Parts: sequence; structure tokens; C-alpha cells
Amino acid sequence: MPEDPNVALDTWAEQTDYKWGFVTDIESETLPPGLDEDVIRGISARKREPEWLLEWRLEAYRHWLTMDEPEWAHFPDHDWRPVDYQAISYYSAPKSDEDRPKSLDEVDPKLLETYEKLGIPLEERAALAGVAVDAVFDSVSVATTYKDKLKEAGVIFCPFSEAVHEHPELVQQYLGRVVPANDNFFAALNSAVFTDGSFVFVPKGVTCPMELSTYFRINAMSTGQFERTLIVAEEGASVSYLEGCTAPMRDENQLHAAVVELIALDDASIKYSTIQNWYPGDENGVGGIYNFVTKRGLCEGDRSHISWTQVETGSAITWKYPSCILKGDESIGEFYSVALTNMKQQADTGTKMVHLGRNTRSNIVSKGISAGNGQNTYRGLVKIRPKAVNARNYTQCDSMLMGDRCGAHTFPYIEAENDSAVVEHEASTSKIGEDQIFYLNQRGISSEDAVSMIVNGFCREVLAELPMEFAVEARKLLEVSLEDSVG
Amino acid sequence: MLSIKNLHASVEDTPILKGINLEIPAGEVHSIMGPNGSGKSTLARVLAGEESYEVTDGSVTFNGVDLLDMDPDVRAREGLFMAFQYPVEIPGVSTKYFLRAAVNAVREHRGLDELDAYEFLKEVKEKAEVLDLDTSLLDRSVNEGFSGGEKKRAEIFQMAMLDPSMCVLDETDSGLDIDALKIVSDGVNALRNEKRSFLVITHYQRLLNYIVPDRVHVLMDGQIVESGDRDLGMKLEEQGYAGVEHPCGADA
Repeated sequence: MPEDPNVALDTWAEQTDYKWGFVTDIESETLPPGLDEDVIRGISARKREPEWLLEWRLEAYRHWLTMDEPEWAHFPDHDWRPVDYQAISYYSAPKSDEDRPKSLDEVDPKLLETYEKLGIPLEERAALAGVAVDAVFDSVSVATTYKDKLKEAGVIFCPFSEAVHEHPELVQQYLGRVVPANDNFFAALNSAVFTDGSFVFVPKGVTCPMELSTYFRINAMSTGQFERTLIVAEEGASVSYLEGCTAPMRDENQLHAAVVELIALDDASIKYSTIQNWYPGDENGVGGIYNFVTKRGLCEGDRSHISWTQVETGSAITWKYPSCILKGDESIGEFYSVALTNMKQQADTGTKMVHLGRNTRSNIVSKGISAGNGQNTYRGLVKIRPKAVNARNYTQCDSMLMGDRCGAHTFPYIEAENDSAVVEHEASTSKIGEDQIFYLNQRGISSEDAVSMIVNGFCREVLAELPMEFAVEARKLLEVSLEDSVG
Repeated sequence: MLSIKNLHASVEDTPILKGINLEIPAGEVHSIMGPNGSGKSTLARVLAGEESYEVTDGSVTFNGVDLLDMDPDVRAREGLFMAFQYPVEIPGVSTKYFLRAAVNAVREHRGLDELDAYEFLKEVKEKAEVLDLDTSLLDRSVNEGFSGGEKKRAEIFQMAMLDPSMCVLDETDSGLDIDALKIVSDGVNALRNEKRSFLVITHYQRLLNYIVPDRVHVLMDGQIVESGDRDLGMKLEEQGYAGVEHPCGADA
């Protein structure tokens, strides 16, 4: 996958480009904490949005006001600190270069240590840490090549706010189609205040010529907590999208409430891969990100295919269910997940597969790893609606426990409203075996490497779904996240 | 090579080994025979360093250094290899991947360069030919779904790859039919040389027809009660363990 680094580089370069071209006049502006209609008008105005989008935001906001913060997730071991929505600043212009660290010397050494363990090259470490751009890269020419290549294929890949200006008809057509503005508490909040995100449009019959990655862009953003991503694949189109954050992000803002919508028309295929490693908080559970994300894909067309793969190792609390609505006949939904909780991390994650069309299939593979005081919950819904003749689902849900202070929980929900449905669910829970570690020790492998090897083996089916380079990073990430978790 | 002096060990406060003395010079094959519960496997596991076995007295010197002072992975890198009676399954980890990690951990410890994928596969091919092993086994997860014979052959293959100086075979013959036993024994014999020592632990003298030992020791109730040459094994086969004099006078 030789083009991948370029993708990352270019995406980032593009972001930089966009920021300089557009944000200059508001660079010093940050809205004061708090949320009301004026704040939303302010965000919309600063982004020079069309009237319809402002109205859409305001409607979402008004609905949000009528909603209660949900509390049904299973977080048995966490002092739930309610989010103070009036204490958050909902708009902050990207940091100017003067605010950024001037060199690596000014960056938190602990952060750099983590990058080093992940094997991220020095230049990239600097970029991830937010060191001023021009000190690190001069990549305009690369960006041009990359943009040309996509343009030639007819693929649109740009920041969401750019899409609002450049492709308003597409955004208006598809925004909120899969996750309506009033869908749930956090989605409504996101719809009201989202700042930016990614927009991808792959036209009819086009196979996107490269993996699309937001690796750098998300990391470079200082205001990343309310992203909005929309990916549309027209008839017969296919695209693989990588959303990555392999470095912990020290974000003062606790809440990360993103929305991702995928739409696949007839014979289209979308593969969406995530590596999430937001700041998990410390070993006492202080700090860390609340990662409350709504991700949903609509298999709108016949024979369409949406596949989610996620590796979740970060965040204090993760609460997300990347889902598929299988509307088209013979459409396929897949969900492959590794969720690792260590220290005092909590995860309640899984998927929803809603079968509407005939001969639809879904496949779920979930691997939960709990270490330290971590709590890991799989929650999944398989719903077969009356018209979904011959629907098939296979769910495999495995949990691994390390030590005796952590927990694993499984809540599978199955609702079959058509007698022809075949739904299979398999679950297992195991402790990481002392005998396995000893066996590997006896072959010269250290305990730390042994644990990493056993865990990677446990996750193999999921990691195999990731593009090669991502899989390598995911392995390293699991390794780093489990360091010191065996005595 | 290996020098065991007055070794005592317990499991959960129950004494199992009660003063073992054993010298194994370089290049020799020694066999420990004994009935069930005599402490044979405990001895193997104490040597390999399994945590649940507590050494309460005595010493073990390996190539001049204190073996008991080392963590299990360090013992392995120093050249101690144990072929497990029940090799452990590691789902999802390919045998090749695992073995390359092991080989390179050992090589690094010995100051050798890591083998890259190409060099490693070359080595695999050479060793597999010597041991007549079907390398397709190595593409499967470690020991997962292996037959009894395949597991034991894989153990011997790992032994060949890791190039140890001291090999402990813990009842490698258990659960093998005569054909598998012969194949495994041929593998061990192919690895015998003047520098490498073996401690072959077995319940049955049958194995010793194929792996011919220099010395045979009889272990009963945590002590070596008799030592001799190969003929001692034959004698045991004829007379059973009851025929061996027991230090405490108890029935075996």
C-alpha cells in the first residue's frame, strides 16, 4: 500500500491549506463557554454556512433541549461525572502557529515517549504533537499530486465545511439521512454544534484509487470533539476509509461526540476502519475522553456492503455502536471490533444490525479485552424485520480477562420478526492463561511479549480486516496499552 | 552442564521433591524413570521455572551459573529447553510467527543478529528436512487442533530451532503410538551431539529402546533411589517399580 503515507501527508497538508485560506480572519476567536441559539448562529456565521444548514442546526438544538442525557450504558465501575454542557466552548479557531510548540523540546516528553513506542517516525511525531507545520513538512507538491489523482477518478474527499461550500447539493441531499438530527441526545448535540469533519463522495462505478485516511487531520485539529463525517458511495462504487488516531490526544475537553454516516447505493461497498486511542485518563480514572459516538451505515441499495472495523484502546469511557441498516435486498453488514480497557477505562460498545431487505446478511465479531480495573461490555442488537425474508446473522463475541479486578459483560439482543431468519450467537469468556505465558516463557519469550502475542492471537480475526499498515499499528497499540499489566 | 544438589520443592506447601542429586555432563543422555506421583514432572517444571513450584532447598547449576535465580524466559535463552508433556495451545498465533519470535529472543541473548524472514524460513526448511517434518503444520496456530503426535513433533522441531544445550523431555512418549514414538525418537537422536545433554523423563522403558540413555535414574517419592546404565531400565520393565528398593520402605 505504497500510497498510504502520501494520503496521510496530503490529507494533513490539505487541512493546513484550508485553514490558512479560510480561517485567517477569525484566527484569534474562541467563543466563550456555553450553548444557546446565538452560539449556534455564531458557529454557522463563522463558517459562512448557507441558511438551510443554520436552520438544520437550530432545529437539532431545539430538539436536543427536550432530550435527557442517556444513562443506560453499563459502566459499573466509574464515577459518572455528568457533562456540564454549558462549560464547553463550542467553537475555537484552530491554534495559530504562535500558540504551537516551536520544537519537540516544548512538547510533553511523555507524549513523545508514546509516539516512540508506536514506532512513529520523528517528523510525524512532531506533526502529531502539533508543532508548527512549516517547520516539519513542505508537502504542497505531494498534495497536488494526490488531489489530481482523486479528481481524475471523480472522487470528492474534503473537509466537511469545504463540502458545504463546494458541493452544497450533495451535502443537503445526504446530511442526516442515516443519523437524523434528532436521533439521540449526542447526535442531536453534534448536529447543532459540529465544527468540521470529512466528506467523501465516490460516484457511480468508481473504485476509489487509494485508501482515504484522516490519520493526521484529526490529530492536528484542536477542536476535534464534534466531528461530522459523511461518506456516500454511488451505484457500483467502492471505498475504504481509515479513521485513525494512534496517538493519545490530550484534550482539555472531556466530551467527544462525533457522528458518522455512510450511504451505499446498489452494488456499492464501503469499508470503514477506526483505530481509537484518545487519552484514557490516568490509573486512578482521572481525566480522559468520554467517547460517545454515533456511527451508522445505510445499505440503501441492493447488494450493497458496509463493513465496520474498529480497534478501541483509548478513552476513559467509550460508548458507541457502529451499525448497519440493511435495506437493500442481499445487502451485507459487517462489524469487527477489538475493545481493550485497562486502568479504570470503561467500554460499552457493539453494533446494531437491522435487517429490512430480503436475503440480507450480517456478521459480527467482537473481541473484548479487560485488564487492570477495566470494564468491557459488548452490547449488540440483531433485528430482523417482517419483510426480511431469509435473513442471516452470525455473531461471535469473545472476552478475555487479565487479572481479577476487571470485568467483561455481554448483552446480546435478538429480535426476529420473520420465521425464515437464522440467527447464531456464540460467546466465550476466558482468562489469559498462566500456562500459555509459561509456555512462551519457556521458549525464551518475555512475559510482556507473551501477553502481547496471546492478545494479538485472540484478536486476529479482527486485525485481519484492517489494511496492512493499520494492522501493524493496531498490534503495537495493543502492546503499548497492555504494558505493565502483567505482574 | 547441569548439576542438581539436594533439590527440595513443594507445590502449595506439599513437599514433592525431597533431596534430588543429579549430575548431567555435556553430551550425555540421562533418563529419569518413576511411577506416577514420584515427582518426575515436578522436576522438569522446577528446572524450567514454573511459578507454582516452590524450591525450598538445594541448588541447580547450569553451565556454571545459578539456574534457580533466573526467570523462566532467561533460562530458555541460556539454553534450557523443555518439551512439554501437554503442549499449550495459543489460538490465533501462527506457529511460524511464534517460533521466529522465540528464535530471535534466544539469538539476541547470545549476541547473534536477528534472523530476517528469509533467513528464518531457510533455517526452518533445513531443520524440517532433518526431522522429516511437514512444514504446513507451522502455518497453523500454535498447537491448536494438533493431534497428539503432531504436538510432540512440533516440540522436537522447536527444540531443533532453538539450539539448546540442555533438553528436558517431559513424558514425551505419553499418548504416542509406536509409529509416532519412533518418529519423535528419531528426531531426538538426530539432535544428539557431544555438546547437547538430555534429561528424558518417562514412565515406560519403551522409549529408551529408541532413545538409548547413558544413565538411568529411578525416582520414587521425590528421591533418586537407584542409578545405573541402560540395563536398569530393562530391569524395571521386567520387575516393575515394586522391585526397586524404596528408601522409606513404603509400597510404590
